[in-house]
Amino acid sequence: MTIDLKTIKHISKLSRISVDEKKAEKLAGDLNSIFDFIEKLNKLKTDNVEPLTSVAETTLKLRSDEVKSKNLRDQVIKNSPKENEDYFVVPKVIE
Amino acid sequence: MSNNKSEYLINRHDNQYEVVIGLEVHAQVTSESKLFSTSATKFGAEPNTQVSLVDAAFPGMLPVINEYCVKQAIKTGIGLKAKINNRSVFDRKNYFYADLPQGYQISQFKDPIVGEGKVILDMPDGQKEVGIERLHLEQDAGKSIHDLDPKNTFVDLNRSGVALMEIVSKPDLRSPDEVNAYIKKLRSIMRYLGTCDGNMQEGSLRADVNVSVRKKGSKDLGTRCEIKNVNSIKFMQMAIEYEANRQVDLIEDGQTIDQETRLFDTKKNETRSMRSKEDAHDYRYFPDPDLLPLEVSDDFIEKLKSEIPELPDEKKKRFIEKFKLSPYEANILVSDIETSNYFENVIKKSDVKLATNWIIGELFAALNEKNLEITESPISAGNLSKLINLIKDGTISGKIAKTVFEQMMKGDKDPKKIVEEKGLKQESDPKALEALIDKVIDDNRDKATEYKAGKVKLFGFFVGQVMKVSGGKANPQLVNEILKKKL
Amino acid sequence: MSDITKQSLSELVENIKSKKLSSSEVTEAFVERSDKSKELNTYITEDYANALNKAKRFDEKPNLDLKLPGIPIAVKDLFCTRDLRTTAGSKILNNFVPTYESTVTQNIWNEGAILMGKLNCDEFAMGSSNETSFFGNVQNPIDNNLVPGGSSGGSSSAVAAQLTPITIGTDTGGSIRQPASFTGTVGLKPTYGSCSRYGIVAFASSLDQAGPMAQNVKDCALLQEVISTYDEKDSTSIDFKRNEYSKELTKDIKGKKIGIPKEYRVDGMPKEIEDLWKKGIEYAKDCGAEIKDISLPHTNYALPTYYIVAPAEASSNLARYDGVKYGFRADGENLIDMYEKTRSEGFGAEVQRRIMIGTYVLSSGYYDAYYLKAQKVRKLIKNDFDEAYKKVDAILTPSTPSSAFKIGEKTNDPVSMYLNDIFTVPVNLAGLPGISIPAGHDAKGYPLGLQIIGKAFDEQNILNIAYAMEEKINFKNNITDWWIK
Repeated sequence: MTIDLKTIKHISKLSRISVDEKKAEKLAGDLNSIFDFIEKLNKLKTDNVEPLTSVAETTLKLRSDEVKSKNLRDQVIKNSPKENEDYFVVPKVIE
Repeated sequence: MSNNKSEYLINRHDNQYEVVIGLEVHAQVTSESKLFSTSATKFGAEPNTQVSLVDAAFPGMLPVINEYCVKQAIKTGIGLKAKINNRSVFDRKNYFYADLPQGYQISQFKDPIVGEGKVILDMPDGQKEVGIERLHLEQDAGKSIHDLDPKNTFVDLNRSGVALMEIVSKPDLRSPDEVNAYIKKLRSIMRYLGTCDGNMQEGSLRADVNVSVRKKGSKDLGTRCEIKNVNSIKFMQMAIEYEANRQVDLIEDGQTIDQETRLFDTKKNETRSMRSKEDAHDYRYFPDPDLLPLEVSDDFIEKLKSEIPELPDEKKKRFIEKFKLSPYEANILVSDIETSNYFENVIKKSDVKLATNWIIGELFAALNEKNLEITESPISAGNLSKLINLIKDGTISGKIAKTVFEQMMKGDKDPKKIVEEKGLKQESDPKALEALIDKVIDDNRDKATEYKAGKVKLFGFFVGQVMKVSGGKANPQLVNEILKKKL
Repeated sequence: MSDITKQSLSELVENIKSKKLSSSEVTEAFVERSDKSKELNTYITEDYANALNKAKRFDEKPNLDLKLPGIPIAVKDLFCTRDLRTTAGSKILNNFVPTYESTVTQNIWNEGAILMGKLNCDEFAMGSSNETSFFGNVQNPIDNNLVPGGSSGGSSSAVAAQLTPITIGTDTGGSIRQPASFTGTVGLKPTYGSCSRYGIVAFASSLDQAGPMAQNVKDCALLQEVISTYDEKDSTSIDFKRNEYSKELTKDIKGKKIGIPKEYRVDGMPKEIEDLWKKGIEYAKDCGAEIKDISLPHTNYALPTYYIVAPAEASSNLARYDGVKYGFRADGENLIDMYEKTRSEGFGAEVQRRIMIGTYVLSSGYYDAYYLKAQKVRKLIKNDFDEAYKKVDAILTPSTPSSAFKIGEKTNDPVSMYLNDIFTVPVNLAGLPGISIPAGHDAKGYPLGLQIIGKAFDEQNILNIAYAMEEKINFKNNITDWWIK
């Protein structure tokens, strides 16, 4: 199997990472050699194997419905790249 | 099941089209804290004041599930007569958006907490069953605000991480009216259970509406369009009408319908295509490795079952059987939990028949006029009960009761006091009434003579005169009896 | 005492407890040596002034009942530390200052330790040589121009060079054990669920574990005892009875059954490694252990499985670095443009490569063929270990297929870089504990490590085996201080 440039561009879109022609070609090369190596798995029959969901052989613990996190706005906004007292600010969303 | 009279069909030329509708309702779980974090869920807080480090997806922050939200989802499942799954899995739904801090929404994709169930609708021409496909738990996103600044979008994450139940119906709905009934019924069940407040203005209940059309009689499903995030029943109905007609027009025009996501524009009353992004739909679901499978035991489920209150369908049945209410009356009284609570409080100490009539008649009309919910009723259930007892024991007449009721609507007051203060008590002393009647007959000798000569129609005149003279307080039954004797 | 930095953690603790040394003296010594060792590029962020202040305050009111009384420690820059920049080795977090503390580091401070700074690592822990760090590669104190391993390369280098008495790293596919092996130090990857992941920048959630790195097994046991706690803030944290690993440490491993998996004799394994393994078997026998041949038939599939599972989880875990809430943001004309530029400029090449792999294996049409398949194979790999542990108490393997390599030697060939983790990855996939101890040198005089893999929650047992073997091996690291001018 080979991963072509179109696929690279598609997954770069899904990943929200911009990719120019040169980078796409480099990535295609890298990914193809990595997937050559990954394809080894296809030799293994796994039809009746249950996929592993977690190595932690325990079930989800449930917490009680209590509000513990108070107003952290200052903390939460503090690291924000664009300053605003109340909101996170991003460039206009175009629909 | 539907009969022809109320069938919703779209006619074009010689063709009749049926509309097929399925709903994905997003109901906010009533809880103090969020699904995977301990920040508050209150509506209307200042922006970003209910955001924990988990909600804002800071590095290294991890989700821990809220037990109460799990219970709420299971209770809702029980209310929908649905299968509760002992094991369910949380998956990540991956996509980028400004108000989705993690870059994924934690949801349940393959293994939801609740499986198939059903909802019964009471339609004018009988009952209709709507299948429930599934119910799953997921996180809400934050809010993007586009109109505060010309160049920027502002993001408020207060809602981010609030627990939602997504309730997916089967494509069993066939008309805007059925959608109306379905949403109302769902809302009613959840309010009975206390699992969702159903407040559509605050966004606690929204729906994605799947619409397709097909020629009447066809068994195949047409290509559907999904109308995203509609937040009122009225808009749902308008969106369905518009969308169904749009699809029919396309078919009649020989065109094909694209399966797509559409928006309902509430200003123009039309649906329009959301800019189709070729990759927008690849959500790359996979089990969230920060969480383990959610397992609930049969005991856990049974315990919740034992906590389920009487739900509208059961209550209706009881009202009909025990109180001999008509299905129509029962339907109205169970439609929401507050009304049924009010009714049951009134009838604790008063006559059921009278209570039913007064609530459905006078009270609803009066509340409607003032645009009030039953919870805001100026007349408490206790005082309405007293009023009904005053009628029942003959202290006041039905007519006087209406005057008293009007007084009560102006501010909850004990009807006994109103009757005393205004001297509205019914005159039931035969001697006093006889004196009154004697006087009326005496004052209208000529008419009495005519009556005795056979003009029986004049009886009503005498009753009216007596009532008038008594200021409406005379016991009408006694007046009748005495008048008959005297004349 | 001029040789403070040469002392092991246990010695330092003893000397502070007996008041032969103050925390200030110890902290000053490590700060001074760290300061002279900038050439190694082990630190991303230094916090020396605060460390010295804290040491002073400790000395004013010393609590000597603590397990790490006034001990200065530098930690991998993947642990979020309150009010001290945490970068994960990435430009995208270049200016990120957490307002919170990871559970593991909090546990360390609760026992009296003092933070000296944040150690270099591969970007988001993705790498085996510390060459993917935005803050530059790290030198292995063993030799000039040699990689210290990765991703906890700053940590291994700092411990080997005695810039910190001990440290903590994280291990997703070998990121503690491989660098320990490359630097002649001891590194333990605990059982999945033993150490809380709360406050650790996530790479692959189902594989990530924090663990101790030290100069010897006893120090390693002590640090493990401190960092391993059940934590309600991590849903995958496991509530099991934790030992007092350092107190219960024993060299008596007589009769312990140790398995030798034949599948670890991989094609092209250097003779040096083969010989080291044989030597290890002899050491184990000398300690009274019983050696058994075992089979872990799916070993060969572990690496491909890992390179599906880890990137898949990473692609999703790293979606939060989008320039909206914190960290680096590139200018963009609109939201999507901002995202794409931020992530393209903010992430390095290896991280982008893995995000792409992960996105691809989860994407529609490929999920079953890759991700689901990998989770099935992962199950088989775990089953292999479960089977093996019916017969043996622990498993002995080499830690790595080679000794440390030169900087730049493998950067252009991702697959050959990935092959470094061939012996360590199966342990993460199965969620087991594994420890690497230095066991010898290759012809170039570079250290080589042996790995002891245990049953889940059986850290005490592999620590004991390591402790016993350590004595027999009697390894000495050749650190010449070549970088100090």
